[in-house]
Amino acid sequence: MATVVEAPPISPPGAQPKGGIWAWLTSVDHKKIGIMYGVAAMAFFILGGIEALVIRLQLAVPEGSVVAEDAYNQLFTMHGTTMVFLFVMPISAAFGNYFMPIMIGARDVAFPRLNALSFWIFLAGGIFISSSFFLGGFPDGAWVGYSPLATQAEVIRMDFWALGLLILGVASLLGAVNFITTIFTMRAPGMTLFRMPVFVWMQMVVAFLLAFSLPLVTVGLFQVILDRNFGTLFYDAATGGDPVLWQHLFWLFGHPEVYILILPAMGIVSEVLPTFSRKPLFGYQFVVFAGAAIGFLGFGVWAHHMFTAGLGPVAETAFGLMTMTIAVPTGIKIFNWLGTMWGGSVSFTTPMLFAVGFVAMFTIGGLSGVTHSIVPADTQQHDSYYVVAHFHYVLFGGAVFGIFSGVYYWFGKVFGRLLDEPLGKLHFWLMFIGFNLTFAPMHILGLNGMPRRIATYGDGLGWNLWNLVATVGSFIIALSILVFLVNAVRSYRKGEPAGADPWDGRTLEWSTTSPPADYNFAEVPIVDAIDDFWYKKYGEDDNHLPVRLDTDPRDLSAREPDVEHHVHLPSPSYYPILLAVGIVTLAYGFLWLPIGYLAMAAGLGIMLWAIFGWALEDIDHPMGDGNGHGDGGDDGGGRDAAAELVGSGAEGTSE
Amino acid sequence: MAAEVAHTTSGGLDIRKTAMWAFLASELMFFGALISTFLLYRGRTNGGPGAEELFDIPFTSVSSFVLLMSSLTMVLAHNAWERDDQRQLRLWLVSTASLGLVFLGGQFFEFATFVHEGLKLDTSPFGSSFYMLTGFHGAHVAVGVLMLSAMVIISFRVGLSKARGMNVELVALYWHFVDIVWIVIFTVVYLLQV
Repeated sequence: MATVVEAPPISPPGAQPKGGIWAWLTSVDHKKIGIMYGVAAMAFFILGGIEALVIRLQLAVPEGSVVAEDAYNQLFTMHGTTMVFLFVMPISAAFGNYFMPIMIGARDVAFPRLNALSFWIFLAGGIFISSSFFLGGFPDGAWVGYSPLATQAEVIRMDFWALGLLILGVASLLGAVNFITTIFTMRAPGMTLFRMPVFVWMQMVVAFLLAFSLPLVTVGLFQVILDRNFGTLFYDAATGGDPVLWQHLFWLFGHPEVYILILPAMGIVSEVLPTFSRKPLFGYQFVVFAGAAIGFLGFGVWAHHMFTAGLGPVAETAFGLMTMTIAVPTGIKIFNWLGTMWGGSVSFTTPMLFAVGFVAMFTIGGLSGVTHSIVPADTQQHDSYYVVAHFHYVLFGGAVFGIFSGVYYWFGKVFGRLLDEPLGKLHFWLMFIGFNLTFAPMHILGLNGMPRRIATYGDGLGWNLWNLVATVGSFIIALSILVFLVNAVRSYRKGEPAGADPWDGRTLEWSTTSPPADYNFAEVPIVDAIDDFWYKKYGEDDNHLPVRLDTDPRDLSAREPDVEHHVHLPSPSYYPILLAVGIVTLAYGFLWLPIGYLAMAAGLGIMLWAIFGWALEDIDHPMGDGNGHGDGGDDGGGRDAAAELVGSGAEGTSE
Repeated sequence: MAAEVAHTTSGGLDIRKTAMWAFLASELMFFGALISTFLLYRGRTNGGPGAEELFDIPFTSVSSFVLLMSSLTMVLAHNAWERDDQRQLRLWLVSTASLGLVFLGGQFFEFATFVHEGLKLDTSPFGSSFYMLTGFHGAHVAVGVLMLSAMVIISFRVGLSKARGMNVELVALYWHFVDIVWIVIFTVVYLLQV
């Protein structure tokens, strides 16, 4: 369609404004945005962790009196909301932002400013929800926000929750659209879909899950807000409304959400295990297809969260069976990970320890999950601590272990210095022991009848010992996080320099400097195989063992960028952060009508300013006029096209 | 598969059209959930007026026809853009936006009539879900009208040449999508309920 037009050679790297807070606020560089996602997510992780510690203190002994019931409700609601929406999702976005473009050999995501907008909307939404603490208290209707509890409470806490999740949903949707487009259109020459690293595949599946599931909960959240503020009757049973509709809409989103949380961690582990086993991933295609199958099946199992809502035997049987089938692709993945390690030259570095920990803990969580698919058993387990144990084994033992595996694996790439190994191993073992001390006893507590979300329990019910053990465990986890933070700060300042390829890695990010230059690759790589970088380094001897090649691997970083090919870097823009500020101003105004109309008007004004500034910034900008878009640069070669695409980024004005 | 295409690994996809399609796929689920909610609550009138008493099929047919015709003018606008004919492009863009405004006027009139006849947001789950569904659709039409107006302004300022990106095509995709959703709504919400 559009032709690739020769553009003036601009912005040799280094011309970009560097340093200073303004550079971060206006940055559209996927790597900077990735770092900001990561730091913000870690801050929310600590917040959510503190909430969990107070919960555990309260439950350490019977008749706990650390906090009152009202505060307890707020704590468990915000612990869940924070960990799911403000920690695991954004830190997966952090890895995706930083590494997905590099791993497919691109110079940035498809829409750099939209990417910045996603981050700022996420941060604004996270601050919005958390600020409720100072404005009447945290939300207190549980992270699942069931009606009528969520719709009938008088105070505005659940308005904060519903509005905040809507804002976060916008951020995730924009990010998903951006990632889908990037993966479909910006891969380096030769980087076919089935040569992409599994991590990229999982990010793609997650992006599709987000795009298809978020709108469902969006409708539900709008209904909650309308019910609470405009007198609609969606969830009012007295007039014919049906609170179970909320459960359907929430879990139609909420179950894919579970895979949104775990699949990026599975992707990380699928990169770490081959690297430290010095073997290719066992059954690459199977792992990819299993991930996609999990994504598809994830939309067909939502009602297993609702077995006690009275759906009737046919629906319950169908959803029970469907849920069991999810174990098949999940099992395929687990066996492929084991097959990857089998016979490999395994080195137990910290990232590898976390990856192996992931496989083990996730398997336990997966197995207890299968027990939920059996309806009569689930009826016993529902809303008990057995369920709490289950989803912490998949989300903490799974997602969080996978995330820390990624942190230790890629820290050196991002900051140029490796995390300290002895401290890392201490972190792992403390966390591993603390995690199991905290959550394994909850299986027993649940089967002994302890319900979720109770602020206190009586003495003599047989729950005392295991609750105390769980509390001790939770503080061991906290200690391990402290070790990690010390390690991160120390290593950031004076850790061992990472070099380009500290782990003898397999994927493209290891072929460039640590940290990568603004333009990622001076020369866009040409890919010939899965694990291309590895096969640029190693050949095979007669026994199929890897032999280091004499030729130096293409060091894509060392060369000066080829100015002939016009490395276009997108210009910084302050419109994304402005638009996010407008959105959150609008939301605050909505909570305090009628005086809030002023804030709402201001918010709308800021949004209009930002949107039109955004649109016009492009049109008048000599570089960003949309030239060079098109179907991949048929004559200029894919490498030019990729460079041009980054430069143009005229995302348009739509919404 | 994109796999075997030399040089480009994008499979020939246009970057911004891909994004628009992904966004519209998401929108499809959004309207799917709204329509499902309406179907769940269609008979729950809580003593208030129901579909058979309220709906004026001839009137809504006319406004539906108006919206469908706006898809035709959108196609003509897109065609003019491909021929790089600025005058015709503006003409058809303005026509499309005007037809959209007529549709919105019809919806406003319809809402006013229904409220007058006793169906408010808080009358019944039927009323809540009807207004939410059609209201969100109307909001999408309104956003489309804004985008079309922005196109017209830009065409006066700098001209919407083909080299200047995909904007007309993107707006057209969005506009046709909103129209198609209305066909479903008109069928499921209006025609099947009376």
